[in-house]
Amino acid sequence: MTPKLLNFLWLVPVFPLAGAAINGFFGRQASKKAISAVALGFCGLAFLLALIFAANFSSASAPYTFDLAHWLRSGDFRVDFSFYLDQLSLVMMLVVTGVGFLIHIYSVGYMWEDDGYYRFMAYLNLFMFFMLTLVLAKNYLMMFIGWEGVGLASYLLIGYWFIKDSASSAGKKAFIVNRIGDFGFLIALFLMIKHFGTLDFPSLFAKIQPLSAETAGVGLLTSIGILLMVGAAGKSAQIPLYVWLPDAMEGPTPVSALIHAATMVTAGVYMVARSHLIFERAPTALTVVAIIGTLTALFAATIGIAQTDIKKVLAYSTVSQLGYMFMACGVGAFSAGIFHLMTHAFFKGLLFLAAGSVIHGIGGEQDMRKMGGLRLYMPWTCGTMFVATLAIAGIPPLAGFWSKDEILARAFDANWVYWLFGVVTAFITSFYMFRLIYLTFGGGEYRGAPPPDAHAHDSHGHGHGHGEPHESPWVMLGPLVILAALSLVGGFVGLGNHFEHFLDPVFKAAAEPGLQEPAREAGEKTREYLLMGVSVSVALLGWILAHVLYSSRPQLPARIAERLGRLYKAVANKYYVDELYALLFVNPVVDGSTTILWKGIDQGVIDATVNNSADSARHVSDNLRHMQSGNLRSYAGWVAAGGAVVIAYMVWMGVR
Amino acid sequence: MVPLSYYLVLGGILFVCGVLGFLIKRNIITIFLSIELMLNGVNLSFVAFAAQWHALSGQVFVFFVMVVAAAEAAVGLAIIIAVYRTRETLNVDQVNLLKL
Repeated sequence: MTPKLLNFLWLVPVFPLAGAAINGFFGRQASKKAISAVALGFCGLAFLLALIFAANFSSASAPYTFDLAHWLRSGDFRVDFSFYLDQLSLVMMLVVTGVGFLIHIYSVGYMWEDDGYYRFMAYLNLFMFFMLTLVLAKNYLMMFIGWEGVGLASYLLIGYWFIKDSASSAGKKAFIVNRIGDFGFLIALFLMIKHFGTLDFPSLFAKIQPLSAETAGVGLLTSIGILLMVGAAGKSAQIPLYVWLPDAMEGPTPVSALIHAATMVTAGVYMVARSHLIFERAPTALTVVAIIGTLTALFAATIGIAQTDIKKVLAYSTVSQLGYMFMACGVGAFSAGIFHLMTHAFFKGLLFLAAGSVIHGIGGEQDMRKMGGLRLYMPWTCGTMFVATLAIAGIPPLAGFWSKDEILARAFDANWVYWLFGVVTAFITSFYMFRLIYLTFGGGEYRGAPPPDAHAHDSHGHGHGHGEPHESPWVMLGPLVILAALSLVGGFVGLGNHFEHFLDPVFKAAAEPGLQEPAREAGEKTREYLLMGVSVSVALLGWILAHVLYSSRPQLPARIAERLGRLYKAVANKYYVDELYALLFVNPVVDGSTTILWKGIDQGVIDATVNNSADSARHVSDNLRHMQSGNLRSYAGWVAAGGAVVIAYMVWMGVR
Repeated sequence: MVPLSYYLVLGGILFVCGVLGFLIKRNIITIFLSIELMLNGVNLSFVAFAAQWHALSGQVFVFFVMVVAAAEAAVGLAIIIAVYRTRETLNVDQVNLLKL
């Protein structure tokens, strides 16, 4: 590619920023058509530009860097506003702009009736800017700007309906939980600055590359790796910091699709993959990543079984799938993790958008027990969501099958325990996703009340009154269909390890020789097919189980739930993790702040000092006031008395 | 020769009488006279010191005080008459227009 063209790389993030600025400053007065044109236009321009870069960028291309401006200069340490394009960031850029653009289109339909339409579109564009800054950054500090920026956009969009108390507190929860992760990330950055003196990817990695792996004990790279993983666990909702993501479903559904499924939450995976040189030299940190990912995958999937809110199921599914990606990174299969990231962006974005279409069509209801039979009312939504479900369940030849299979195969190579957890998770995933499908679209009749005119929950009332569920407009169905197509064929880029080879320049060229994939043996193929067979059969098994429980014998689940009793209750209540955190962390902090900081120090010391000094001044003046009676002779008396005192003093001093 | 302390004690007594009269009396003319009494108490100690130390400046001061007192008497009595004409009273407690 000509360098001339690449010099416009910085425009990719700046276009959405321009859209956000225009809509944010002038959107209040503008018509909704103009707002849509600005938001979609700038986002589409970014996507177009990304496509042009992709067309000119091959697996052989060297990483391209572009320095836009100087930023920090302090002795030898310098940080610039500079961008970095290699195969990894190219994939991320395409996913973010592509899926992001589709969700922008969808949002036009979904949010059209909302009063804060311009605000929503401006936030979405702002998110795109920060996310693209994150993936195109050339140094960790710029990545951190994007990292914090997407956190801000996420906060703004979760709390978009800020009048609702649950939405604004969900926004705060997301922001605060992310702070914990960011704390780890920041300390990792400080360690890098202290020991390597740079945050630029090329020069930092050049300094790390000659280092040998820290096999025993906790060394510098291990500490950096684990701290980076703390950051990633916050942003990507892994144990123990995953609690914010299910609550984040309070935001509008396009937000859940874009930020909390397809792009932002995968930033942690991207960051770990970007730092693969560090992790490859720190096996302990890598093991931590793998264990966290594996546990999260299984843990979140089990919670997903018992949820009744359609978006909550998808939220826990997202947490679980992110766990898969971390598992892949943890066993050193970074390209498999990125591959799953990409396919997941397609099918999970689609699942959320379809769920949004359902919610939109039945008037804001999110409880799956009040749905059912919707395939008759909204065939397109049903069809596309079914495709996505097949994809996430791992039914061949859809996208999810290829990426999930790749991860499971690599996990098996590393340790069969990971694989076992992965397969169990795959079974549960398939089960709860088909449960969702059967509860929502299956069954003979619609169980909910007719949609009211004014929307109670997803307060995007649309004016026309209607008595029954209805299909969404084409502006919403279009993105669904495109994403369904991508979910169908998106996995084929992984055929013949094509995707992996594309990313080879990033992950292989600089990898340490010892950790390179072992040469393929003769028996490899058979084993590969065997593993494939296992994962497909568990997926089908999950489907069959869901079919039995929720389609052919619908009275069974209640009986099973009753039989399981407390176990079922624990799962339905998300294992009481929120309550546990409240007990361990939130309440002590709140109580301590209330009794010590607020009532003790603020009211007791600071306010008391101010108030008491004012009070005593008033008391003193109140008493002194009586001296000024207005009676002239009393004044004269004071003068005389004063004079007498002075004379007495002088006489007494003279006598002494 | 009469000792200095006698003069000073007499001057002090005159001054205190003036102060007490000034504070206690309500009639403006009596107050005015009390002021004169204080001035004369001070004058007495001035001349006593002048005689004791053979310094003329004390006596000169007494003349100044007397001149000022005469002027003050002229102006003060005029004011008192004006007050009496407008208020028909010489009680200072009733001349309190400036007091809120």
